[in-house]
Amino acid sequence: MSWGAALQLALRALWRNKIRAALTALGVIIGVASVIAMVAIGAGAQQRIAETLENLGTNTLVIRPGTVARGGVRTGAGGQTSLTREDAIAIADLRDVVAVAPSVRSSAQIRYRGTNWGTSVEGVTPAHVDVRSWPLAAGAFITESHVVGAAHVCVLGQTVARELFGLASPLGETLVVKGTACKVIGVLEEKGATAWGTDQDDAVFMPITTVQRKLEGITHIHRIEIATSGRDASFRVLKDITQLLRSRHRLSGDDADDFRSYNRAELAKSSEESARVFSWLLGSIASVSLLVGGIGIMNIMLVSVTERTREIGIRMALGARRRDILWQFLLEALLLSTAGGVLGILVGLGGALAVARFSELPVSITTGSVLIAFLFAGLVGVFFGLHPARKAAQLRPIEALRYE
Amino acid sequence: MSSPVIEVSELHKTYALDGVDVHALRGIDLTVQAGEFVAIMGPSGSGKSTLMNILGCLDIPDRGRYILQGRDVTELDPDQLAELRNREIGFVFQNFNLLPRTSALENVETPLIYAGMGRAERRRRATEALQRMGLGDRLASQPSQLSGGQQQRVAIARALVTRPALVLADEPTGNLDTATSGDIMTTLGALHRDAGVTILLITHEHDIAAHAQRTLVVRDGELLEEHA
Repeated sequence: MSWGAALQLALRALWRNKIRAALTALGVIIGVASVIAMVAIGAGAQQRIAETLENLGTNTLVIRPGTVARGGVRTGAGGQTSLTREDAIAIADLRDVVAVAPSVRSSAQIRYRGTNWGTSVEGVTPAHVDVRSWPLAAGAFITESHVVGAAHVCVLGQTVARELFGLASPLGETLVVKGTACKVIGVLEEKGATAWGTDQDDAVFMPITTVQRKLEGITHIHRIEIATSGRDASFRVLKDITQLLRSRHRLSGDDADDFRSYNRAELAKSSEESARVFSWLLGSIASVSLLVGGIGIMNIMLVSVTERTREIGIRMALGARRRDILWQFLLEALLLSTAGGVLGILVGLGGALAVARFSELPVSITTGSVLIAFLFAGLVGVFFGLHPARKAAQLRPIEALRYE
Repeated sequence: MSSPVIEVSELHKTYALDGVDVHALRGIDLTVQAGEFVAIMGPSGSGKSTLMNILGCLDIPDRGRYILQGRDVTELDPDQLAELRNREIGFVFQNFNLLPRTSALENVETPLIYAGMGRAERRRRATEALQRMGLGDRLASQPSQLSGGQQQRVAIARALVTRPALVLADEPTGNLDTATSGDIMTTLGALHRDAGVTILLITHEHDIAAHAQRTLVVRDGELLEEHA
C-alpha cells in the first residue's frame, strides 16, 4: 500500500469520528502546551537568575584578611592586617586570573560647599572596573598613575552624585573627604542594590594609595577581588591562591589561614542549580499531562480496533498484509498526536507569551524546546499507538471476519 | 482451459471448540479447472465453512496439499497468504462484508489499494467493474444507502476488480429474497459463461447449487461427488 493511500485512509477514519478524534487530540494539546509553557517559564527564571549573577560578577573570588584572636577577643573576619598589595600583585601572575582588584574600605563624611553626605569610601585600582564589570556614566576612572602618585581624585557612585550635586554635573568639582580635597574625575553608572539590599551606588572611589595613606594611615588592604577566566577555573584558582598566600605569609602546615576566601561561582552554581531543578520540576509536572494525553490515545485506539475488528477482517480478506493494518492504525495515532502537538505548541506559545505579558515572570522560548515537545508528542503517538496497532495487525482473518 | 486453478489432496483440519477437538476435514481431495463453476453443498457442521476458509487462504490446513495457481499454499506465511488472496481470490460473502460508511467506489477500490495500484488506474478499474454490475449510477452510495441485492453486486464488483483466478462465493444469496437471489445467480452464471470466470460456490440450497456445472457435497469432513 502506498503512503498516500495509507494517509488518506487514516485521515478518513479520523474524520468519521471527528469529536472523538478532537477530544483525543485535546489530551495531547494540553500536554504539549503545558510542557512548552512550563519549560518557557522555567527557562525564563533560569535566565533571570543568570542575569542577576552576571551583574554580581560570577567569575569573581574575594579574599579578605582572617580574624584575630587576642586574649579571647576575636575581631571577626577582616581583623588581621596580613593582606597587602604585594599579595594582589603575586596573585595576578597565577594562571586563569584575568584581573586582580585590591581595595581598602573606609567611610567618611563628604563635604561639598554647603552640603555633606556620609558614605563609604573605597580605595581601588584601575582593575576595579573590570572585576566588578561596572562601566562609567561620565568622565574617567582612576588610572595607574593616580594610584602610583596617590592622587587626590575620586569617582562617584550615582547615589552620592545625586545627593551632593543633584542634577548638576560633578565632573571637575572638588570634594572634601576627611580633610583631603579631591577632584571628581568620573561618575559610575547606576548599579542598583545587591541581592542583600546594600545600595552599591552609595560609594566614593579613590586611588587605593590615597585611602591607605591620607585617610586611614595603613599599609595593609581590606580585600582582593579576583576575576577568573571562567566559572570552572574559579575553583582551581582559589586553590592556587590559598597555596600562594600561605607560602607568602609563611604559614606552616598546622597554622590556620590568616585570610578568608569567598567564591561567587559557588553561589552562582547553587542558584543556577536550584533554577535548573525548578524548571525540571515544572517540565516533569507538565510531562505527566502529556503522558495522560498519550494514554488517552491508546485508550481510543484500543476501542477503535475492537469496534473495527470486522473491518480489519474484511481488509485482510481483500489482501491487506499485517504491516498494512499496523500502519493504518499507527498512522491514525500519529496523526492524532502530531496534530495535537502542533496545536499544543501554538497554545503553549500563546500561554507563555500571555504569562510574559501579564505577569512579572520572565519567559524564554527556544526553538529547541518547541522541537523537543513536538518530537515528544510524536513519540507519544508511536509509543501509545503501537500496542493497539499491533493488536489489530495480529488478528486472525477468519476470527476478525466472524466478529460481531 | 484445462489447467487446474485448485489442486487439493488429503486435506485435514482439526480445531479446538470449547476444549473439544473437532476433526472438521478428514482428507479432502478436490481439483477445480480454470473456467469451471463448481458448487459445494453440505449441511451446517459438515466442515463446509472450514473448507471454504482454507480454499480462500484465510486459514491453513494441518495436513495435506493445497496448490492454488501453481503455488503451495501450505508453505506460505501470513503476508504471502494476504498477497495471494489479493491477487488470486475474489470473495463474495453471505453478509456482503462491505466496508461501512465507505462509498461503493471506494469499497471496490480497496483490494487495488493493497495491490499497490495508482489512484487513477484504481478509479478507472473500480468504476468499470461497478458499471458492469449495473451500478454505474451508484458509485458514491454508501452500503447503508443500497438494497441487499445492490450491496451484493458491489461485493461481486469488488471480487472481480483484481481479475482473480477464482471467485469464492460463500452463501452469496443467504441474506437475499428469492427474486434477488435469482438475479445474483444469473449474474454469476453470466460471468462464468461469458467471461470465463472460475467460480466456487458454497451453499446449502439445491436450487442455488443447480446454477453450477458440477456439485460436490461435504459430509462429515469428506467430499463426495454428487451425481444428480
